[in-house]
Amino acid sequence: MSTAADLGRAEDAGPSRLRTAHIAESLLRWRELAIALALLLVVGLTAADNSDFVSVTSLQQLLSGAAVIAFLAIGETIVIITRNVDLSVGSVLGLSAYLVGTVFQHHPHFPMPLVFLLALGVGLGCGVVNGALVTLLRVPSLVVTLGTLYVFRGLDAVWAGGNQVGAYSLPTSFNDIGYGTVADVPYLGIIAIVGVGVATYLLHAARPARDFYAIGSSPEAARLAGIPVARRVFTAFVISGAVSGLAGALWLSFYGSVDSTAGTGYELEVIAAVVVGGVAIFGGSGTVLGAALGALLLNTIGSALVVVRISSSWEMALQGALLVGAITFDRIISRSVVPALQTRRSTRAARV
Amino acid sequence: MTERLSASPESAGGTPVLVAEHLVKSFGAVRALIDGQFELTQGEIHALVGENGAGKSTLVKVIAGVHRPDGGHLLLDGEIADFASAAESQRAGIAVIFQEPLLFPDLSVAENIFIERQPVLRGRRIDWRRMQSQAAALFERLGVRIDPRRPARGLSIADQQLVEIAKAISRQARVIVMDEPTAALTPSEVERLFRVIDTLRLEGASVIFITHRLDEVFAFCDRVTVMRDGRYVLTSVAAEITTEAMIRAMVGRDTEALFAKTATAAGEVVLEVEHLTREGVFTDVSLSVRRGEIVALAGLVGAGRSEVARAIFGIDRRDAGSVRVNGKALRSGSPAAAMDAGIALVPEDRRQQGLVLDLSIERNVALASLKRVTHLQLILPGNERRFARAWTTRLQVKAQSLSSAASTLSGGNQQKVVLAKWLARSPAVLIVDEPTRGIDVGTKAEVHRLLSDLAASGVAVLMISSELPEVIGMADRVIVLFEGRVAGRFDRAEADEDAIMHAATGLAGLEVA
Repeated sequence: MSTAADLGRAEDAGPSRLRTAHIAESLLRWRELAIALALLLVVGLTAADNSDFVSVTSLQQLLSGAAVIAFLAIGETIVIITRNVDLSVGSVLGLSAYLVGTVFQHHPHFPMPLVFLLALGVGLGCGVVNGALVTLLRVPSLVVTLGTLYVFRGLDAVWAGGNQVGAYSLPTSFNDIGYGTVADVPYLGIIAIVGVGVATYLLHAARPARDFYAIGSSPEAARLAGIPVARRVFTAFVISGAVSGLAGALWLSFYGSVDSTAGTGYELEVIAAVVVGGVAIFGGSGTVLGAALGALLLNTIGSALVVVRISSSWEMALQGALLVGAITFDRIISRSVVPALQTRRSTRAARV
Repeated sequence: MTERLSASPESAGGTPVLVAEHLVKSFGAVRALIDGQFELTQGEIHALVGENGAGKSTLVKVIAGVHRPDGGHLLLDGEIADFASAAESQRAGIAVIFQEPLLFPDLSVAENIFIERQPVLRGRRIDWRRMQSQAAALFERLGVRIDPRRPARGLSIADQQLVEIAKAISRQARVIVMDEPTAALTPSEVERLFRVIDTLRLEGASVIFITHRLDEVFAFCDRVTVMRDGRYVLTSVAAEITTEAMIRAMVGRDTEALFAKTATAAGEVVLEVEHLTREGVFTDVSLSVRRGEIVALAGLVGAGRSEVARAIFGIDRRDAGSVRVNGKALRSGSPAAAMDAGIALVPEDRRQQGLVLDLSIERNVALASLKRVTHLQLILPGNERRFARAWTTRLQVKAQSLSSAASTLSGGNQQKVVLAKWLARSPAVLIVDEPTRGIDVGTKAEVHRLLSDLAASGVAVLMISSELPEVIGMADRVIVLFEGRVAGRFDRAEADEDAIMHAATGLAGLEVA
C-alpha cells in the first residue's frame, strides 16, 4: 500500500481538480499575502493618479489611521477565533479614552505609564464583565456584547455629559504619541506593529493560544479533549477588553480631544477588518496579522477614494462590498478545497 | 430468557485490566443500562455485540467518562475508577474512538493528535516541526500514510479514526474502545484497521471492539460479550461460540404482548422503487408496497434505511433508480413532487424533523395542508383550528389546548401530531420511520392500531423499525438492509427474529443485482 504512488496516480486521474485544490489551499494559507497584494494594488493605482499618495506624510497618515483599528483587531480576532464575537470594543475604547482625557484634565502631570495602566485596567474590567456573562451565564456573546456595547456607552455618556476634553488639556508628551515618529515611522504604527507581531507569534506558538483555535473549530471536541473551554473563552474576552482599553489611550493621543461618542461604530469596522483579513467568522482559523492587514486595507481604500476624488460617500458602500466579497471568496475557496481533499482520499482509498 | 453460557464474565486467563461490575444507568424513564458487566484482560481484543438499544453505547460512554453510572462501578487494574469527565478517563489511559470521531476540522492532523500536549522548545513555544515528525512516526508505526500537515477537514471517516488511534497511542492508552468503527468503512479500510488493531495488541494494549458484523467477531476477536436490553448476557471465547448461539443470545427476549396487524387483502402496487442508489449510502434497493400492505424496512442502525426513505421522499437526491407512485415516476430530489404524488413521511426524529416544537399543536397539524386552511394566501385561524381539531380528535391526541406549543406534549402525543399532520393529506403512501421510538407502551399500541387501520383503509405503508417484535407483529412483508443493500426479503410467515437478525448482520449474504 504505497500512498505516495497512489497520489501520483490520482493526479493522473484528475490533475486539474487537484491543482485547483492546491491553489485554493495555498490561497487559504497565504491569505495575508493576498491582502498585502491587494493593498499594493490599491496604493499603486492611486499613486498612478496622484503621486502624493505615496509621499512620506501620506503613508504615515495611512499607517497611523489604521493603527487603532488594527490594535482593536488583535482582541477581536482572538474572540472570533473562539467562535464568539465582541461588539463592545468601540464602547470600551470610548470609555477608556474619556477616562484618560479626564485624568489629564484634572492632573496634567499624571505619569504617562500609569495612564496606560489605567486605560488597560478599565478595558480589562469591561472584558471581565463580558467574559463572565458569556461563560458563567452561558449567554451567547452576540447578545452579551450587544448589551454591554450600550451599557458601557451609556455609562460613558452619563459620566461625560456634554463635556469635551480638548487637546489643550492633554500634555504635549501624550499628544506626541499620536503624532511622533521614529525614523519617519509613526509611534502609533510601531505600537500596532509590535502588538500585532507579538499576538501573531503567541497565537502560533503558545499552547493555550492553540486552544482558542480548537474551541472555535469544534467546541464539542474541545470539551472531550479536556480543554478548559470556559476559562479560555473568558481569557479571550479579557484580552479583547484590555486591548480595547489600551486602544482608547492610543485613540486619544491621535485625535487629541474626546467626548462621550469616541469610537462609536468601531465594533463593525473592526469586525469588517478581521473578516476581510481572513479570520473565519464562525471561528477556528485566521491570524492577527491578516486582521491587521485587513484594517490597513480598508483604511487605505478609504483614503484612496478621497485622493482620486471619488465622493467619500462611496467609502461605506465599497467597504461593505469588500466585506461581502471576502466572505464569498472564503466560501468559494473552501467549497473547492473540501471536495477536492475528499476526492484525494477516496481515490486513494479505492486504490489501497 | 435463553440459556446463559456462563453466569459471570469468563476470564481468558489474562490479567484483568478493566472490569465493569453491575453498571446501571437511566436517562429519565429510559433504563439504558440495567446490569452492565464486562471484563477486559491484558492484550486481548474483546468484541461487544448486541442489538440496537442493548446498552453497548451507554456502557462505552460510562467507560469514556461521558456518563456517570447510577449504580455499579468500573475497576481499572483492580481499583475503583470513577470518571467525572472524559478528560479523567483519558488520563487513566482509556481512549475511546467513536464511530464518527470528533476532530478539529480547522487544525492540522498533527495538532489534532497533540492538542494540549504539543511538543515545546525552550520558552514553551510549540515545536511544530517535531510535532509533525512525531505524528508522521505514529502513522508509520500504524502502517498508514496520512499527511500530518493537512487540515483534518475532508479526511475520510477511516482516516479520522486512524488519527484518533494515533492520538490514543501517543497518550499511551492501554485500553482502546472502538464504538462500531467498521460500520462506515469499506472492506479495504476495515482490513487496514484490523492490521492497526493487531499492532496495538502486540504492543500490549487491550481493545474493546463494538461491532454489528458477527463475522468480524470470529475473524479478529479473542472473546465476545453479548448484551441485550441493557443487561449482560454472556461472555465466551470467540472460537467456542457459534453464530447461532450468539444471535440467540442477542435477540432472545421475553415475548411482549404486541398489537398485531389485521390481515388485509393487498391490492395493486402503489409505491414502486427500483434499483434506488445513492452513492456511498445505499445501492440497488428495490421494493414495492401495495394498497393495504405494511412493508417493514428492517436492519441495524446505519444500514441505510432512513436514507432510503429520505431518497424516496426526495429530501436527498438519488444517483440512480426510480420511484413510482401509482405508476407515475417521481422527480429526484423534490419533496414537493413526492407530496403531490401522495407520499407522506413521518421522520425518525420527530423533535427535530417532524415538528416545529415552538409552534402550536394546531399550526403543526395544519402545516402540511395549508392550502386547506388559507384564503388568498392568508391562514384563517378558525379554519386552522377546526381542521386541527378534527384530526387530533381522530387520533386521540391528549393535549390541554390546541394552541399550546407542540413541545409541551409527551413523546407519544407528539408522534400523533406528526401522524395527524400527514394523515390530513390523505396520503396514498405513508412512510413511517421508527414510529414508536421512545413512546410509552400504551401509545405504542395505539400507533400500531392506527397503522393497521390505515392499511386496512387502503394506504400503502412503509415502516422502518429497529424493534424486531414490532416488525414481526406489524409487517406483511419484511425487507432487510445491510450496509445499504437488500440482504433479505421475508413474507409474514417466514419472518422471525433469527432470520431477520441473520440478514441484518450480513450473514445471509447480499442480493446480487
